[in-house]
Amino acid sequence: MKVVIDEDKCCGAGQCVLIAPEVFDQRDEDGIVILLESEPADDQHVLVREAAAVCPGAAIEVSA
Amino acid sequence: MSVNEQVLSYPIPNDAALDPPAEWAELRSQCPVAHVKLPSGDQATLLTRYADVKEVLADPRFTRQLTAPDAARLSADGGGVFSSEFAQIIPDGGDEHQHWRRLVGKWFTAKRMAALRPAMTQMAEKLIDDMVERGAPGDLKAALGFPLPVYVICDMLGVPAADRDRFSYWSDTLLNLTRYTQAETEASQTEFFQYMSDHITAKRAEPGEDLLSELIAVGEPEDGGLSNIQILVTGMGLLVAGHETTANMIGKMVSMLLADRAHWERLLADPSLIRTTVEESLRMDANSGFGLPRYLREETEVSGTVLPRGTTVVCSMAAANRDESAFEAAAEMDLTRSPNPHLAFGAGAHSCLGQALARTELQVVLEVLLRKLPTLELAVPVAELERVEGLAVGGLSTVPVRW
Repeated sequence: MKVVIDEDKCCGAGQCVLIAPEVFDQRDEDGIVILLESEPADDQHVLVREAAAVCPGAAIEVSA
Repeated sequence: MSVNEQVLSYPIPNDAALDPPAEWAELRSQCPVAHVKLPSGDQATLLTRYADVKEVLADPRFTRQLTAPDAARLSADGGGVFSSEFAQIIPDGGDEHQHWRRLVGKWFTAKRMAALRPAMTQMAEKLIDDMVERGAPGDLKAALGFPLPVYVICDMLGVPAADRDRFSYWSDTLLNLTRYTQAETEASQTEFFQYMSDHITAKRAEPGEDLLSELIAVGEPEDGGLSNIQILVTGMGLLVAGHETTANMIGKMVSMLLADRAHWERLLADPSLIRTTVEESLRMDANSGFGLPRYLREETEVSGTVLPRGTTVVCSMAAANRDESAFEAAAEMDLTRSPNPHLAFGAGAHSCLGQALARTELQVVLEVLLRKLPTLELAVPVAELERVEGLAVGGLSTVPVRW
């Protein structure tokens, strides 16, 4: 699995961090997403897909 | 008569406190772009399909400039929060909006919310203890739903919670689209403005560790900060937003879960479902209020219908959240639903700034209630629960419970 984020679309809702904190974080200074793992481990895949599906800014793209 | 043949009144009248009006399903399937008449008598275009609502909310051509001369007035006496001139002080789009959003958004990160959780939990426990001490039946809205979010937002803004009755009145005049006259709303907004203005002057003189003090500390616009008026309106906006929204949602969420005891029992047996339950409650909320109005600056097309420039569009996120084409068994409350990309907080660049706060508050309330009051039940039949009318944000007037 490959994860790509789009900082411009990110609205800092924090859903990804609440759902998959091992893969996503937010910058302290503005709440924008930080990608911790661009190729997350298998046990994270379901959570990452959920985070991408519910992101209000559609800022997370998941491939394969 | 079918929904195609008449101009519907909007908001659509509905007596059931927790159930959606029958018109939603009909609109979604037959008339996804519907003409409606607002309380002011002006016409608007109502969207009820998931795909349309999601697209429009994220489309910058649909602006929040409801003060435009040809925008529909929401109610005869002005449009409350949506038409307030204050709302226009926060940049509506583009880089300026993003700048504002990021300056304020840092206060609502998941990490910050996690840090607030222990204090929120304590506060919820205390409020529930007080309710139990007064004896059953109690009103869960007055005892817990309302005070908890108010204390939290007051703390974040550094305003004294002791003034909360005044905040409640000011919020209500901004959020109630029909109850107050224009004169009452204007007088209330002037008072609220003066209060916040004095508060910010005091914070400039003596900064605290709150959101407003830190916004001031960033500096003037040329230093990357906000102007005084923007800080002031941000404070007003957050105080209002922190009031009715989550306060009402707490009452509605608990009512939905108690209305079908099986939901409550399931949560008692498996509290790990709290997170998905909160999301499902937000999705199922059939009484979420007005929806989000948008004003169209240029001609465009939605679901094959051309909307002329100057159209006022109302997005019903609550109707969209029950769209069968977006959610399997959409009418069913499924506490394990995942993913749950509901639109209760909107979508796109303007989606609710405080959504992480709201989620955390709802999760904390549910966790503490399940733990402290496992025998909680509604003290009246569901049919007797009453909606608050006229609010931009829907709610129940009281939530009578016993335990």
